[in-house]
Amino acid sequence: MKHLLSAANLSRDDALQILDTAAQMHDVQRREVKKLPVLRGRTIVNLFFEDSTRTRSSFEIAGKWLSADVINVSAKGSSVSKGESLRDTAMTVAAMGVDGLVIRHHASGAPLQVTQWVDAMVVNAGDGTHEHPTQALLDAYTMQQRLGDLAGKRVAIVGDLTHSRVVRSNLILLRTLGADVTLVAPPTLMPSGIANWSAAEGFSYGYDFDEVLPDLDAVMMLRVQKERMSGGYFPTPREYTVGYGLTRDRLRALPDHAVICHPGPMNRGLEITADAADEARSLILDQVSAGVAVRMSVLYHLLGGAEA
Amino acid sequence: MSNHNTFLIKGADLVGGGRQDLLIKDGVLAAVGKAAPKGATVVDADGLVALPGLVDLHTHLREPGREDAETVSTGSAAAAAGGFTAVLAMANTSPVTDTAEAAERVFDLGRACGLVDVQPVGAVSKGLAGESLAELGLMARSRAGVRVFSDDGKCVHDARLMRRALEYVKAFGGVVSQHAQEPRLADGAACCHEGELSGRLGLPGWPGVAEDVIVARDIMLARHTGSRVHIAHVSTAGSVEVIRWAKAQGTAVTAEVTPHHLMLSTSRLEDYDPTYKVNPPLRPDEDIEQLRTALADGTIDAVATDHAPHARHDKEHAFAEAAFGMLGLEQALQVVNTVMVQPGLMTWQQVADAMSVRPAEIAGLAGHGRPLAVGEPANLTLIDPSATVEVDAAQSHSLSRNNPWHGEKLIGQVQATFLRGRATLLDQEVITA
Repeated sequence: MKHLLSAANLSRDDALQILDTAAQMHDVQRREVKKLPVLRGRTIVNLFFEDSTRTRSSFEIAGKWLSADVINVSAKGSSVSKGESLRDTAMTVAAMGVDGLVIRHHASGAPLQVTQWVDAMVVNAGDGTHEHPTQALLDAYTMQQRLGDLAGKRVAIVGDLTHSRVVRSNLILLRTLGADVTLVAPPTLMPSGIANWSAAEGFSYGYDFDEVLPDLDAVMMLRVQKERMSGGYFPTPREYTVGYGLTRDRLRALPDHAVICHPGPMNRGLEITADAADEARSLILDQVSAGVAVRMSVLYHLLGGAEA
Repeated sequence: MSNHNTFLIKGADLVGGGRQDLLIKDGVLAAVGKAAPKGATVVDADGLVALPGLVDLHTHLREPGREDAETVSTGSAAAAAGGFTAVLAMANTSPVTDTAEAAERVFDLGRACGLVDVQPVGAVSKGLAGESLAELGLMARSRAGVRVFSDDGKCVHDARLMRRALEYVKAFGGVVSQHAQEPRLADGAACCHEGELSGRLGLPGWPGVAEDVIVARDIMLARHTGSRVHIAHVSTAGSVEVIRWAKAQGTAVTAEVTPHHLMLSTSRLEDYDPTYKVNPPLRPDEDIEQLRTALADGTIDAVATDHAPHARHDKEHAFAEAAFGMLGLEQALQVVNTVMVQPGLMTWQQVADAMSVRPAEIAGLAGHGRPLAVGEPANLTLIDPSATVEVDAAQSHSLSRNNPWHGEKLIGQVQATFLRGRATLLDQEVITA
């Protein structure tokens, strides 16, 4: 595997190996001196065409703790905003001799396109409404830490599926790891042609959250973006919460052992109540913490750290 | 000594006319049958099919405004190389072709170049803004004699403006060519057919129904006004169904389909390659099948290229941000041969109708789309129907390289094109005046 562009790039063995290594990296993260020499002499550029403090910081810390030289390039205010093409930007950065590019882009497919122009390793750090594979890995890692092996575990992903890059990667990865996945959303926020999605066979989808709730081992709530509220996807925020929010009533209906995830940032009171977000079985802060360890693992495996 | 304006085309297969010699002299077909006057340049047409010169209802030449992507000159060369003798140049240039002066300028550039007849299309609305009518009558009365009006690139989505345009052009026998696409239903920047692929790739989907509803609406407006409407680049089975119904009712609707919508499916977007980003988007196989059937049975009248050249830097963006459109002039006849003639869906006579006769009629181009008969203007195209050609985008006469057939093996090779008796393409070489 040269790049990580989609969760579909990961076989079950690849994914388990990355998650195992992430556990070791997590131990490093808890040490006083958080430094491994494995990527010394390697240069990674975080090429962010879209703001994302959380993801960028996570990749930056991950690279630095592995002793790589990490440079952040924000497309805002750079040559890109002056009209430079994606190809020119990517080739300009790559021409400086970098080993890896971590790319965040507001357009779906941009990291894949970049791989056609540069030799450097590329990690997709979120592209448009397509995928966010390291988020899926850290979600899986977090769930696995609490639930054990995810094979056979029942997971529901609920919310704005159409516009979520998280759901596409999570669906693929969770299926790869053997989980039973149900996608729940109002029909207006269900991705086109989902019945025929070939990327992750064997999942189910539906419009009724309450129906699936009592059987779950994990529920992942997705953020509803503010612009969707005026985009005609649903009548009012109140109606959305009644139909698809993780409310107090639904929290009671959720089995006691089931965990709650949310990739953040949350709209408390809309898709998730404060009670649910702050519960002991909420893994939301664990997800953030796992982000660095998982990204360390990904960079380590992709940049040849395993052989170093 | 050979006469550059006298050609003897030996042994071509004429559509509907069998194997014949054609004598071209003084711009017209002087003889059809056996003839061998001294001094004629002989063109060996053994195994070649002779068609009336092709007419493209839908070309973007980019001049004025984007001469880095295409000029009237380079676009004309690409057209001649593709077997065309006339092209209709769309109005979405910069400035927009929405005045008599702008139309005459494009017309004159074409005439000066002399490779094909460049007939400007006038904008329906001022500045393509979709708010008020452009000077349709003045463009019609101009030296360019504009007869086709279109805001192509944009849909005339205001039903009242569309109604007025349809009514107004009746005064001078004009036709409105509609880019059918309801803008609220085709929202979002990425332009991918709405379906399994768009959902999976995370690209905003443009549903087929966004086209269908405008086609249906405009057909009803054409019926109401008693005017002619032409549907540009039909891409959906739904549109075909509505057009078929309308024709059965006797409504004056005509339609065109592009070579790319006849051949390329939405699956080409799997790798987000902006070469295949086009408006309307590539559709699934089910739509393609219906488009082919409709072209073969005459529901769709014409093949039109929607030739849309773009400079490299306008395509080398993330998919959502790259320009819409692909080249079409040079491979159009090859594609039609490959997907329609060779599989037995169309005869060469039907190709002549769809790529020359009907487009010329729709556009009101009297000198084009004529039968290959004595006394007719010598506008014709010779194609080798059996040669297999691997397309190389680098060989294009266009200034741009956004060729969706690069690397594809197509069947057929245009060998020669004649415009009013002058060879504009001979032995695959474009011959400038």
